[in-house]
Amino acid sequence: MNSFLTRYSSTAPEADIRKAKELYGEDEDFSEVMWGSTGGFGNLASGVPMFKLPSVQDPASFLRMHTDDHADPSCRIKIKHGTTTLAFRFQGGVIVAVDSRATAGSYVASGTVKKVIEINPYLLGTMAGGAADCQYWETYLGIQCRLHELRNRERISVAAASKYLSNLVYSYKGMGLSMGTMICGWDKTGPAIFYVDSDGTRLKGDLFSVGSGSTFAYGVLDQGYRWDLTDEEAQELGRRSIYAAGHRDAFSGNTVNLYHVKQDGWKFIGNYDVSELHYNGPGDVPGAPGGGYGYDIRVAGRTSANPPEGEGQA
Amino acid sequence: MPDGSFAHPQQRQFNPYTDNGGTILAIAGADFTVIAGDTRQSEGYSIQTRYAPKVFRLTDRAVLAVNGFAADGNMFVKKVKQRLEWYRHAHAKDMPLRAIARLIQTMLYAQRFFPYYVYNILGGIEEDGSGAVYSFDPVGSYEREACRAAGAAQSLVQPFLDNQIYFKNQKAAPGTSHPTHLPLSDVLSIVIDSFTSATERHIEVGDGLEIYVVVARGRSPQGIEGIRGVQELSAQPNGDRTFILRRELKKD
Repeated sequence: MNSFLTRYSSTAPEADIRKAKELYGEDEDFSEVMWGSTGGFGNLASGVPMFKLPSVQDPASFLRMHTDDHADPSCRIKIKHGTTTLAFRFQGGVIVAVDSRATAGSYVASGTVKKVIEINPYLLGTMAGGAADCQYWETYLGIQCRLHELRNRERISVAAASKYLSNLVYSYKGMGLSMGTMICGWDKTGPAIFYVDSDGTRLKGDLFSVGSGSTFAYGVLDQGYRWDLTDEEAQELGRRSIYAAGHRDAFSGNTVNLYHVKQDGWKFIGNYDVSELHYNGPGDVPGAPGGGYGYDIRVAGRTSANPPEGEGQA
Repeated sequence: MPDGSFAHPQQRQFNPYTDNGGTILAIAGADFTVIAGDTRQSEGYSIQTRYAPKVFRLTDRAVLAVNGFAADGNMFVKKVKQRLEWYRHAHAKDMPLRAIARLIQTMLYAQRFFPYYVYNILGGIEEDGSGAVYSFDPVGSYEREACRAAGAAQSLVQPFLDNQIYFKNQKAAPGTSHPTHLPLSDVLSIVIDSFTSATERHIEVGDGLEIYVVVARGRSPQGIEGIRGVQELSAQPNGDRTFILRRELKKD
């Protein structure tokens, strides 16, 4: 059933073998391939790599004790969190838009994170949850997708790629992986989006938003979404939705990264500063109305902080 | 505290980590990179040593700074160096910087369920001759950046760097624009000022400062050889050149 857990459980017979290996000093850390002609590279293709575990009764709770910053904000190892990501399908392909903020507690650890992972020229993955989990496993997925192409002389479908990832993270269920990702691409069946998370959920759909700011993004996205959006309208909707999340969610912000997937693969549309969008808008881009997204300009001189002459003065 | 008696319930836990303080920092220039770290190692309020290097030369064009739990950090550097040596034996050349960055990701992620408590910053020269900085979290997520501070005084130093390197919240004078890359002398001044200031305001930073400078092959070392106390580490001056610059920091 759960192969990874049984392999490392401290009660199973495998544990005895592991202890024996430790006793005889066999080094699990380095496999033979690491100093062979490949110098330790190219061995990722031969299967899931081995993971080192602490010699304790319950490795998962050990990890939780030292890394889970929700349960214990003073824990030592802070894994980066907080995100808004979205993707939607429409007449012209798939729009993928994400923010770029990474937080460790209340500290903004980075404002330039690439939360769209370019798996290959036809597949994109988004990053929410553990940054390393998403980066590592989606890169690993890229390797497996290339091997699929070489073996079958055909590009992998989005459904198959996402299922590969979902099965993989499911085999680690309960070990503390944290990912909420959307696998987006274009295959024989046309544009496709699959939501995959570390609980093992895998959903096919037209429109998803993931992360702490997803509720804010959904608010804008649901209001403006239609199937027959033009390319320009769709890009503007993605940009505007992430802006809304960056504006209202403290754990999201800094910049927006926008991608568009079409029949001939994905294309990077642009990087937009959220503050710049607020005050001045995205600049001279197709689909944008011009001017800032913030409501300051629409209430000019009529806010409670800055009321018109003769009003609201105590 | 567990006392071994059976009179009351007791709980034990495996606690293999500690924080040894200190701060590291790296800044990439157009054709050089500066990687620096202080040399104080502390545990709680006691100073264990005033000279424990946190910055290590990996190849002719790569330098790695490690911060966090010193035992994990030293072990990790040892294993990275070992893998780089094996690569040299297999391929008769040094591993390129972007490949070292990916190697560090896989080595950190291999410990996903028993992490190294280490924040890594890798600096050096890319194959195209540009200066590069890669920063990592303890389980291997990484990103190429122009500058990064990590460790105890990260939250003091990084905002200063954002302002001085990225010119965040600064407006260029009318008719001018901010430079994309700073000259080496400016970068060195910013690095030294970062550490003297962090030493003033953070108790875990101080004692000594080690600054590594890697200059791309065929590019000018911009007068670094004339600076007081500079030592060249590279074997031949016609390849990539590495220099080390040591400075004292306050010891209280």
